[in-house]
Amino acid sequence: MNDKEQELLLLIEKEGRMSEDKLAKMLDTSLDDVSEMLRSLEKRKIILGYSAIIDWTKVNVSEAVTAMIDVKVTPKRGVGFDEVAERIYRFKEVKALYLMSGTYDLSVVIEGRSMSEIANFVSEKLSTLDSVISTTSHFQLKKYKHDGVVFGEDDEGDHRMVVSP
Amino acid sequence: MTSVKLDHQPQLSDAVNRIQPSGIRRFFDLASSMDNIISLGVGEPDYATPWNVREASIHSLERGVTSYTANAGLIELREAISRYLERRFQVSYDPKDEVVVTVGASEGIDLALRAILNPGDEVLIAEPCFVSYAPLVSLVGGIPVPIPTSIETNFEVVAQDVEARITEKTKAIMLSFPNNPTGAVMGEAGLKQIAQVVLKHNLVVLSDEIYAELTYDDEHISVPAIAGMRERTILISGFSKAFAMTGWRIGYVTAPATYAKAMLKIHQYSMMCASTMAQYAALEAITNGRDEMEEMIMSYRQRRNYFVKSLREIGLTCHTPGGAFYAFPSITDTNLSSEQFAEQLLLEQRVAVVPGHVFGEGGEGHIRCSYAASMSQLEEAVDRMGEFLIKRKRA
Repeated sequence: MNDKEQELLLLIEKEGRMSEDKLAKMLDTSLDDVSEMLRSLEKRKIILGYSAIIDWTKVNVSEAVTAMIDVKVTPKRGVGFDEVAERIYRFKEVKALYLMSGTYDLSVVIEGRSMSEIANFVSEKLSTLDSVISTTSHFQLKKYKHDGVVFGEDDEGDHRMVVSP
Repeated sequence: MTSVKLDHQPQLSDAVNRIQPSGIRRFFDLASSMDNIISLGVGEPDYATPWNVREASIHSLERGVTSYTANAGLIELREAISRYLERRFQVSYDPKDEVVVTVGASEGIDLALRAILNPGDEVLIAEPCFVSYAPLVSLVGGIPVPIPTSIETNFEVVAQDVEARITEKTKAIMLSFPNNPTGAVMGEAGLKQIAQVVLKHNLVVLSDEIYAELTYDDEHISVPAIAGMRERTILISGFSKAFAMTGWRIGYVTAPATYAKAMLKIHQYSMMCASTMAQYAALEAITNGRDEMEEMIMSYRQRRNYFVKSLREIGLTCHTPGGAFYAFPSITDTNLSSEQFAEQLLLEQRVAVVPGHVFGEGGEGHIRCSYAASMSQLEEAVDRMGEFLIKRKRA
């Protein structure tokens, strides 16, 4: 990983839709070089995808419900937490999964159409796994900031005078 | 009783009559009266002050720390400034008697000039430069002597040009690198040559290094770090540009104790001390502001790369500005003066730039474009400027 690649990653992490031409100019390099770097980063699975950050509350569809579930599990000899983690993340309802330090082991982020849908998932699918000892569910009530982006009307705006020395 | 209207004009001092309002003012008025302007005319960062800095100041207010500080500023802040300058630029100043915290670098420039000039003293000023130097020299009865720089030398000052303007009245030289408006920086070799002239003629150096952190290719070389210069240099800097703190009005001067004490004498009578809440903000910025500053610097560099290349693509000649956040392209091919160019560009395409001549000699034929604007604004500005130039070519 060279400095240019790292800078490229920082740029597209903030704005994934930036054109290659613009990226080339900003990084003071050629268009070919940028295309090549992107291809290589994708091939090495460093760039795993490109997505948009969307405020779904502004869209006129029934709102999704998100819950973060703390899960205590018994790790297994030889595979540790990986085996149970895999069994959990394969469910399409699971948006994110992290192994945590502290009072519980896995943090599961689940998205569903309603609270009862998530409750069902937890009681039917998650709690019934052999290694799972206990679960604690927390429902998200409001999204203030996600992936470094502030939701809502936070924009501090440009208060500068139009021309100044 | 008839009241006689007092004629105020004769009551004004000769000193204030000698100076003119800044040429930027006219563009400000014109641009302010228009809508949908894309402004590349702004001489400050496009970031709000980082939150931890704002929060530190809020906390100081909550604790009720609202009294005066020592005239020279909080000792903790002076110590932090001293450590910072040593670490970043290898120049060392005693926080006790060689550092004065000021109301922005602007006050620092004023203090330095008032501390060293007698009426009739000449001050060499590397131009184009920030608009306040020459008027502040005139206000204390000094005589500003411009040293024009040009695109041929990437707007660096050339030692022979300095030498050529020295008279027995020459007292000081004013340098400002990285430079507003040209974005020029000066390397060690060039500074050493100027240092030789300075030593030979026993000049004082006023070095305004407010943009020191904003260099994109080479590390900034501080003037007092050049051999023999510390003893005769007043270093002027502040928090405005690197830490995005323009509105706080907080800066500092550092200099050998005799100079610093003289400046402190003026400062204690005219200012008492810099704003206390701004000093607490500055302390947080200089102590914990490095990471966020580096992110801003990386972004300025990317925008500079993008903008300068784009200006060249639409046909403008532009040197690579090594620092600050300005591009200073030449517009002489259009056969317009920089004032005409800027005015027509504003009226026709609604892009605000600043004509180069307001920054002094060597500025005519150029426009200052600040790239401290969002990428989408820069893109749109380049498109509009391109269209403007195409129309000029057809004409």
